[in-house]
Amino acid sequence: MTIHTTLSRRQFVVSTLTAAGGFALGVGTTSAEAASLSVRPWNDDTTHYPGEINAWVVIQPDDTVIIRYGRAEMGQGSFTALPQILAEELECDWQYVRPEYASANRNVRDNKVYGSLSTGGSRAVRETGVIVQQAGASARERLIAAAAKRWNVPATECEAAMSKITHKPSGRTFRFGELAAEAAAIKLDKEPALKHPDQYKFIGRRIARLDIPLKINGTAKYGIDLEVPGMVRAAVMKCPVFGGTLKSADESKIASRRGIIQVVKLKDAVAVVADRTWRAQAALKALPIEWEVGAAGATNSAQFRKAYLDALDQKGAEARHDGNVDGALAKAAKVIEATYDVPIIAHAPMEPLNAIAHVQADRVDVWVGTQNADLALTFGAQASGMKPENVYVHNTFSGGGFGRRLGPDEVAQAVAISKAVGKPVKLVWTREEEIRQGRYRTQAAIRFKAGFAADGTAVALEMRNSAGAANPAGVKDGIDPQTLQGLINAAYQLPNYRVISMLKNTHVPLGPWRAPGHSQNAFFMESFIDEMAHAAGKDPVQLRRQLLAHRPDFQQVLDVLVEKGDWGTPLPRGRGRGIAITEAYDSIVGMIVEVTVKGGQVKADRVVIACDCGTVVNPRGVETQLEGGMIYGLSAALFGNITIKDGRVEQGNFDTYPVVRFKDAPKTEVYISPTPGKRWGGVGEPGATVIQPALTNAIFAATGRRLRSLPVVGQDLNGAV
Amino acid sequence: MVTIIVNGTSHQVDVEDETPLLWVLREEIGLTGTKFGCGIAECGACTVHVNGQAVRSCSVPVKTVAGKQITTIEGLSANSSHPVQQAWLTEQVPQCGYCQSGQIMATVAFLKTNPNPSDADIDANLTNICRCGTYERLRRAVHRAAALMRS
Repeated sequence: MTIHTTLSRRQFVVSTLTAAGGFALGVGTTSAEAASLSVRPWNDDTTHYPGEINAWVVIQPDDTVIIRYGRAEMGQGSFTALPQILAEELECDWQYVRPEYASANRNVRDNKVYGSLSTGGSRAVRETGVIVQQAGASARERLIAAAAKRWNVPATECEAAMSKITHKPSGRTFRFGELAAEAAAIKLDKEPALKHPDQYKFIGRRIARLDIPLKINGTAKYGIDLEVPGMVRAAVMKCPVFGGTLKSADESKIASRRGIIQVVKLKDAVAVVADRTWRAQAALKALPIEWEVGAAGATNSAQFRKAYLDALDQKGAEARHDGNVDGALAKAAKVIEATYDVPIIAHAPMEPLNAIAHVQADRVDVWVGTQNADLALTFGAQASGMKPENVYVHNTFSGGGFGRRLGPDEVAQAVAISKAVGKPVKLVWTREEEIRQGRYRTQAAIRFKAGFAADGTAVALEMRNSAGAANPAGVKDGIDPQTLQGLINAAYQLPNYRVISMLKNTHVPLGPWRAPGHSQNAFFMESFIDEMAHAAGKDPVQLRRQLLAHRPDFQQVLDVLVEKGDWGTPLPRGRGRGIAITEAYDSIVGMIVEVTVKGGQVKADRVVIACDCGTVVNPRGVETQLEGGMIYGLSAALFGNITIKDGRVEQGNFDTYPVVRFKDAPKTEVYISPTPGKRWGGVGEPGATVIQPALTNAIFAATGRRLRSLPVVGQDLNGAV
Repeated sequence: MVTIIVNGTSHQVDVEDETPLLWVLREEIGLTGTKFGCGIAECGACTVHVNGQAVRSCSVPVKTVAGKQITTIEGLSANSSHPVQQAWLTEQVPQCGYCQSGQIMATVAFLKTNPNPSDADIDANLTNICRCGTYERLRRAVHRAAALMRS
């Protein structure tokens, strides 16, 4: 079966193709057919849509419910979770639901009707959840009002369920599809109240993800899979020394190669445009290029590491100070100190960055799997010189994002190349380009000091942190809250607590990496808490319980972890167990890791995860995000290391930038343990944080060797017991 | 001009002999279910079958598979009915899904050589990368598929 994707230039009709293999849901639907997603789930003609009850909900005469989705789908499953939330309030039959991407262009033209389309900070459910709840409830009440008007009865006598309005006294019914046009014209006096969580029938169900049927047979369309009529293909190389510029590229050397159309020279990059991607990639490799690299071309990782560690001695900016740390440390019976650091790491999503751009006289179209359709649109406008309202971003499925697709560099390049060649262009980065042109997690270092009273009580904790700001615009008075996530807002309560920040950026571009701030800071904090426990002669769980005595939610997660993770039970020599826990994006996540260290090699055998993320929308969604986040963080802890030589990244592919494979992946159990009544927290990112210190704490338990730097692989663990 | 047989259909493609099979499948024949992930046979996102054997098509020159039987994810079954696909559905394996065509094709070939694998067998023989970290569910799905295929 071949699906050639043919798109007309102006009109994008949502494909009626839905994959086979619908699910019987049992709840929320009258049919064995489930809701479904199109392989190309977008529709740009959304401004005036018959049956549009509000910007989020369209009900068609045949009862089809189009639910707009205002975030990215990069694997986290919220293309299912948010419609699930909306359907709960709307009282629609799930089989009729057809989610599609909200239009970024409409978001510009219609005064940010969808809020932010950016997908980071584990915000999809956490922030958009309540917005779509309200949209669903409002649509439901307007459908009820439309029915009541037709029947000339009080709305209070009418009820919505399974895509029908019933007049309870008479038993008469209307289908939603019969009422949608009238409901769209009704204005409510006030917005309806949302359901109490006890009333949820559909939220909390383990429903099947809508995108999975498309992802087991090759039909799901990622950005890299799309075709536009008349399209040419491009490969690009940006100056490998960040901030450098293009000096020359001798296109005469590749001009005779088959299929080559044009070499496009950008300020900081060069692109080869050809009729086929592989011809473009091969020609780019053969193209003689000279770069202007400047002083950054003389830098290397050893210098940077020294600079971040040296920065710990600077005065810095005080980001938080409780009590009197200096006084408490001076009076303490015992003080311990330790310095930690982590290197730069890359995101390496499976789908290399890519975009199709078509610049025309009056509009720009971009097809891209992006985490940030708003910013992709802005980049498209800037690169083309077009007004934002004339830029159309068609978001697709993304083959992973993890933060890298929040900064759509590929869009700016594709638009510039299309403008230069006057044709639609598909730009596909190589893996090497993806590894070498990242927006990396910052290099960071930290120095902790902890003071204990004579009885072993921890009385003071100070940390001096040097790291780069991924978002310089967020910096105020030398402090970037994102960089300090997990330090300035750690849940541990000590009477004297201080965080000092030394922000330091280099020529290496930074960006949010799954759980920015938290990801390195959880490693730092949870490792040092472990050191504090050992220094005080306490069990690591016991010390955490004491410092979290004010947090019953943390205590119950620790209870689950201790029980399920067999904490305190003996392990044979060479094996060890480590624990770590944190709060990130309104969720508490803890892990216990069991490792075997043998012949200097580390294997994570088992990971037990416990989580309080409040109200659960879809338990399997929570489980898979925590499992996946854990593996993502495990890759960073075991292997993640981007090094700089002569100003450029040395790694280029999975041979030099290894990641977790089957053989490295531990057996995993997830226990969701929500505090009743707590609103939903994010789960996409927290899993990537605590795995790192839980692993190194387990290595300490197995070997007595405390790892204060990452990655683990490459450090000498031989003979360490 | 090279002749290749993909999912039972013969195609004549006018490409250089060294063109990787991956790009022939994607851009000459229009089968985009096979993915580009690394270009150096490290990640397995481009896995297809050549005469029933799993190969990483990004590193297979098209000339070397002329006349051989090539199967892609699109040709594995009609209606996603292959036991491996059904196991993937039941276990709800994919997240971003980008690696999963390759994971499925690698598993189909693997189960032919080992119809009842242990976890250790899986870990030793399946080497495809998944950045979303679906390995735990992948293992479960491999076992489920093996059971379906034995029954």
